[in-house]
Amino acid sequence: MPEIKVTPLGAGQDVGRSCILVSIGGKNIMLDCGMHMGFNDDRRFPDFSYITQQGRLTEFLDCVIISHFHLDHCGALPYMSEMVGYDGPIYMTHPTKAICPILLEDFRKITVDKKGETNFFTSQMIKDCMKKVVPLNLHQTVQVDDELEIKAYYAGHVLGAAMVQIKVGSESVVYTGDYNMTPDRHLGAAWIDKCRPDILISESTYATTIRDSKRCRERDFLKKVHETVERGGKVLIPVFALGRAQELCILLETFWERMNMKAPIYFSTGLTEKANHYYKLFITWTNQKIRKTFVQRNMFEFKHIKAFDRSYADNPGPMVVFATPGMLHAGQSLQIFKKWAGNEKNMIIMPGYCVQGTIGHKILNGQKKLEMENRQTLEVKLQVEYMSFSAHADAKGIMQLIRMAEPRNMLLVHGEAKKMEFLKDKIEQEFTINCFMPANGETTTVITNPSVPVDISLNLLKREMALGGPLPDPKKPRTMHGTLIMKDNSLRLVTPEQALKELGLNEHQLRFTCRVQYRKTEFTIFIVFSSSYLVKAWAVLKGYTIQHLPDGTVMVESIVIKVSSSAEEPNTKVLLLSWSYQDEDLGSFLSTLLKKGLPSGLSSM
Amino acid sequence: MAAHLKKRVYEEFSKVVQLPQEEAPAKKLRLTKPSKSAALHIDLCKASNPTDALQYLLHFARSSVEAESVEGVVRILLEHYYKEQDNSVRLKIASLIGLLSKTQNFNPESILDDTLNTFNTEKSHQVLAQLLDTLLVIGTQLPESLIVRHRLIEVAYKHLSDTYFGVRNKCLQLLGCLGNVDTPLNKDGQGLVPAVIGDAQSLISDYFADQDPRVRTAAIKAMLQLHERGLKIQQTIYDQACQLLCDDYEQVRSAAVQMVWVLSQLYPESIVPIPSSNEQVRLVDDSFGKISHMVSDGSWVVRVQAAKTLGNMLQVSPHFLEQTLDKKLMSDLRRKRTAHERAKELYASGEFSSGRKWADDAPKEKVDTSAVNLIASGACGAFVHGLEDEMYEVRIAAVDALSALAQSSASFAEKCLDFLVDMFNDEIEEVRLQSIHVLRQISTNITLREDQLDTVLAVLEDSSRDIREALHELLCFTNVSTKECIQLALLELLKNLTKYPTDRNSVWKCLKFLGCRHPTLVLPLVPELLSTHPYFHTPEPDMDDPAYIAVLVLVFNAAQSCPTMTALFSDHTFRHYTYLRDSLSHLVPPLRPWYIDHIPQTPESAQLFLQQSLSRISTIHNLQDPGAQDLLNFTIRDLQRLGELQTELAGAADFSATYLRCQLLLTKALQEKLWTMAVPLCLKHNAMATAAAKQMLEETYKLEFLYSGLENRQVATIHHVRLQAKALQLVLTARTRRGVEPLISVCEKFLQEVESFQRLFVVELPHLQESFVGKLLDLSPKLSACKPGELVKILQTTLRQSGFLNLQLPKQVQRASATIIEPTGESDNPLRFTSGLVVALDIDATLEHVQDPHNTVKVQVLYPDGQYHVIQPKPGDFRSPGPHRHRLITQVYLSHSAWTEACQIEVRLLLAYSSSRLCKAVWSDSSTEGLQPAEGATEGTIPFGKPVKVFIMPKPARR
Repeated sequence: MPEIKVTPLGAGQDVGRSCILVSIGGKNIMLDCGMHMGFNDDRRFPDFSYITQQGRLTEFLDCVIISHFHLDHCGALPYMSEMVGYDGPIYMTHPTKAICPILLEDFRKITVDKKGETNFFTSQMIKDCMKKVVPLNLHQTVQVDDELEIKAYYAGHVLGAAMVQIKVGSESVVYTGDYNMTPDRHLGAAWIDKCRPDILISESTYATTIRDSKRCRERDFLKKVHETVERGGKVLIPVFALGRAQELCILLETFWERMNMKAPIYFSTGLTEKANHYYKLFITWTNQKIRKTFVQRNMFEFKHIKAFDRSYADNPGPMVVFATPGMLHAGQSLQIFKKWAGNEKNMIIMPGYCVQGTIGHKILNGQKKLEMENRQTLEVKLQVEYMSFSAHADAKGIMQLIRMAEPRNMLLVHGEAKKMEFLKDKIEQEFTINCFMPANGETTTVITNPSVPVDISLNLLKREMALGGPLPDPKKPRTMHGTLIMKDNSLRLVTPEQALKELGLNEHQLRFTCRVQYRKTEFTIFIVFSSSYLVKAWAVLKGYTIQHLPDGTVMVESIVIKVSSSAEEPNTKVLLLSWSYQDEDLGSFLSTLLKKGLPSGLSSM
Repeated sequence: MAAHLKKRVYEEFSKVVQLPQEEAPAKKLRLTKPSKSAALHIDLCKASNPTDALQYLLHFARSSVEAESVEGVVRILLEHYYKEQDNSVRLKIASLIGLLSKTQNFNPESILDDTLNTFNTEKSHQVLAQLLDTLLVIGTQLPESLIVRHRLIEVAYKHLSDTYFGVRNKCLQLLGCLGNVDTPLNKDGQGLVPAVIGDAQSLISDYFADQDPRVRTAAIKAMLQLHERGLKIQQTIYDQACQLLCDDYEQVRSAAVQMVWVLSQLYPESIVPIPSSNEQVRLVDDSFGKISHMVSDGSWVVRVQAAKTLGNMLQVSPHFLEQTLDKKLMSDLRRKRTAHERAKELYASGEFSSGRKWADDAPKEKVDTSAVNLIASGACGAFVHGLEDEMYEVRIAAVDALSALAQSSASFAEKCLDFLVDMFNDEIEEVRLQSIHVLRQISTNITLREDQLDTVLAVLEDSSRDIREALHELLCFTNVSTKECIQLALLELLKNLTKYPTDRNSVWKCLKFLGCRHPTLVLPLVPELLSTHPYFHTPEPDMDDPAYIAVLVLVFNAAQSCPTMTALFSDHTFRHYTYLRDSLSHLVPPLRPWYIDHIPQTPESAQLFLQQSLSRISTIHNLQDPGAQDLLNFTIRDLQRLGELQTELAGAADFSATYLRCQLLLTKALQEKLWTMAVPLCLKHNAMATAAAKQMLEETYKLEFLYSGLENRQVATIHHVRLQAKALQLVLTARTRRGVEPLISVCEKFLQEVESFQRLFVVELPHLQESFVGKLLDLSPKLSACKPGELVKILQTTLRQSGFLNLQLPKQVQRASATIIEPTGESDNPLRFTSGLVVALDIDATLEHVQDPHNTVKVQVLYPDGQYHVIQPKPGDFRSPGPHRHRLITQVYLSHSAWTEACQIEVRLLLAYSSSRLCKAVWSDSSTEGLQPAEGATEGTIPFGKPVKVFIMPKPARR
């Protein structure tokens, strides 16, 4: 049986380091190639030795697809392609292709220049890697080779995030990457058509969460910021440079605009300017509002948001600062946090998920005293707020996507095992489809039932059409006679005559014959049967042509019924039946009928 | 909804373009029937190949054919049709026949047979489809003829099983438009129709499962069309319709939503079983659940449709309704009814984190997963989804639907409050504005809690003026629950006032209503608000401070119905009261216990006073009575003052005063001793009388068009005054001019007017017995016969002898008014611009009680040299912030040649009227003095509202 195999190398019952291998119809595809934020050793990257112990990966993979530019989805790409070795095509959308190298370069700088790691990919490697990238457009079907095709769908989440449909023949897999089912200030909602894939591989970061309506979230956020600023406090919002940062910027920018506010908003990091540039460019990937108004004013050209300088942190008066990184584990956001943590007028808003072990995670869990390096302790007096602005689908969104795509099987990745378990139960119960949640390195096999296309000859089709009604009824299967020819990797259904001709075979007739003996009394039944009088009344044979031949034989369609009496036993009459293979149904019916007599129900008619 | 459906159907029909008459050259029109068709015939014969023939046909389609020759032309076309091999030419011919059969005054029945015959030979599917379309056109032209209809239906029925989707589409369309609506026809023994054809409904419903989505859509639309035409659709197709909701194609789903809605309206109370359980629900609830589900559909077209439809399902049970606002998980909604308790528990346990607090989704006790459904089937959370949809079209539709549903259910209104308030934060201003309006509409049903009010008030800082004013309007109608709320509201409003000083009036008005509505809540706040102290005197606040005035407005309005409050006022508060009562009388109500006015205070007593004044007037029988004039004078003065003091009665008082002034003018003009003098001797008097007549005419137009709420009786009275004025004019003309010639036409016109008066107000005539017209009509046979000279004499005497016509006041008279808020006219800085170019002047005005302002309100700009322009604002410039109120925010473009120094121009608003009351868009520049009646319908403008002066300074262009 044909089957699809899915093996997560990362993101199996885990968040981070997304990397999923799919083999479908003899093709091997790698979905995403990310790194793990929480580790600094070998566990940072997926274990590519699973694919091959030595040598390059090129011969084992048909293509690599990157869903979006977050490092946990593309961070290991240069490592894989340049250091392990892969020369095949890498697919990603245009915005991802544009922004991905910036982030990789930044990541490289931090690891190599700041932490001083060696044996890491170089800038050149990033460039070489990006040369292998083939850009994708939304809803564009790209033929990777003759059989394998991929198609991208809009996924929300971040600029350029895409869901991918991978299709070989009639088997297909949809990989969602990260996606968001509720539209936000700068991105639309994920959308997919009813493509009915064999497996839907979905992220499940928020498998057990049903978020409040985004309006409440936004309102709460704005209110908190507004109140703090009015009090004269400072607001720190640690974000990653791209994605949520732009969302929050737009939110605050429009709020400032609407409310005529004066307090300054700063954005740390030089990355953002570069990134904002791309946001301005890829307007088609944003939401309705931005798409429609960019002619008057591009929403990403912020009026109130200015670049941050280190010295501003000590300025008096209220301000709002967006600083990277988002989990408060290093960099500018941590520096500012240290400066502001002591004042209870200030506030820190954590807009997303924090990995265990980071300071963000600690303060969210209510730690009031933090141990910093050099054995210092830091007292946390400022208000800590958590606002889920993560652009991942919540449980309800995941269900909604399943309803949209109508998959035959479900596979959950990119989430915590415990939460996945819950969602898995829900999905199985609600949709009555199988749901899998493999761990890293564990292979899930799904047996598919692909439909095999067969060419049918037009003659045969027309002949069959002529027999039945004018329209094929999609609800009812219909039987037809024909010959299936399997030749040269193709299947054809043709008329038997044609098949014989093509194969150079002679036609053989197959006839069944059968004798039925009657005693004289019984024979009267047949007399009655053969008399045209009762045949007319006999509803069973209505619709069949019945001929009486001059020699006393009766022909029902092509079935010959002949009466003969043997000389030895005058009391018995012998009935000879003969029918061809094609009329097997009617022939056997008649023979049983003659043997057993009329069914009681019919005889009364 | 129904209208929407109808409209779409017509749109489909109108695919065939009606040829504009004037395009045809005059020569062609003169062609006689044989030549016309002959020409076409020759053309078509000449055509050597299909392309040529098509060209000829296309050319022919551009010209028009008169009704008599249509039949001949069709014959020719059909003749050619049979000869033609090419499909596209045949298709064009078929469409031409359809086009021709729409010719006016042509009875398409004559070509029906010929057209039907073509079906026998036609093989091409496309042409068949076009032919069916032609039949549809013919069929709709002959809606009465049953026989025709049955024949057409027969054809449609025959071709329903065609393999081409277009043919099936058209057949279904035919069935929908022409199918029998009244089934029992067969039983009457007419035997015209085979039984199958009679039941179009079941026939159409068979095609709900067609393999082609376009056919499915057409089938649903045909069914809806039948419904439009009055057929009662059977409930049996409900299940089918529901299945179509899950169709793969969006147009099918969209149509199915309508279908389900129609069924839910037809059979709201019937009971349908729930699959997978043995319970049952009302059909309307079931369909409500299903349509709610569509709000999270993949296609936004369907989402808009579904959201709109939800607003039309008012019969739905309350608890279903409330679930649309619930996003929380729950067990299957329908089962919740029986296992109410269990479901509630599930709610409370809250197994999902809200995402608002960190780690609130930490593992809790294991829940019984089998009892919880993650996709809430049914209505759950439909509006939550709709309101945060990506497309603002969906959001607006959802807000509108919320409004419709909330107005019919108070408890739902309470629930949807939070969601509406959230919408105040939408990224699209239109949506924000709409949700504020909606909240205002349902605010009678709700009381805002403190936290809700807080969110509402946060929007006061919005920089958009529209939003702020809409919010003020909302606050006027809002009920709040605690005194903290009042304090909060006041605080925020004052903040608003300091941030946007232009909102002054709006904020004051808002506080006025707030005070009126919550006197008991304001009471405990008074000492704090007025900063009084039990022992110490506090400094007297600044009287010109808008914020202080705002506080006073709140307090005084509350004090109006809370007598104990006045005891808390300090001396200066009373002083300020008297000042404000006079300067801002529309905001500050009279306070009874310590301030006694001579004028009746409450609306009832004011009303009484008005009635008394009017009845006092009615004692006057003849205007020539001594003392009558004085009485009129006094009454007019009283009424004017009353109008100023009692805003509710301003319209009625003004109306009566104006009417009386007209009478007064007439009386003065008719003073006896002057009429006896010879004309040359009293030129002055003549001038006075002419002016009076003119003024009376103007006033009558004001009376008629400036006031709303008039009944026929009053309109008759006004017209009566106008007739009197015209009679006076006529008499004056006769006196001043020598010669009969000019008089004749004037007299004729006058008589015509009397006649039309009689025609218009037949019903009112009995009330007008004793009046001028009454007497005139008594003499009418004589009038039309007599010479101008005699007529003038008769008029003169009748005018003087006729009695005073009493004014009956209708219940509610409102005077249209306009205030220009911007420009304020206070600026000394001239608006400079280069002469010859234009400068835009922003105008912001409020209009009250103006009906149909889009057509009637104009802006007039008057330059110092007497030039003037009238500008018609765009319809989009009018907004409607409240009932009977409009806001005009527009720009007018000024231009002028250079001046040497800055000068003032005048900007004013005009109310255009047209006596035909049809509000024609025709606008002649005859403007203000164009009050003279034009031919037939009188049109003109009335200036209303105070003009505003603006300094402008056109500079010569620099070379």
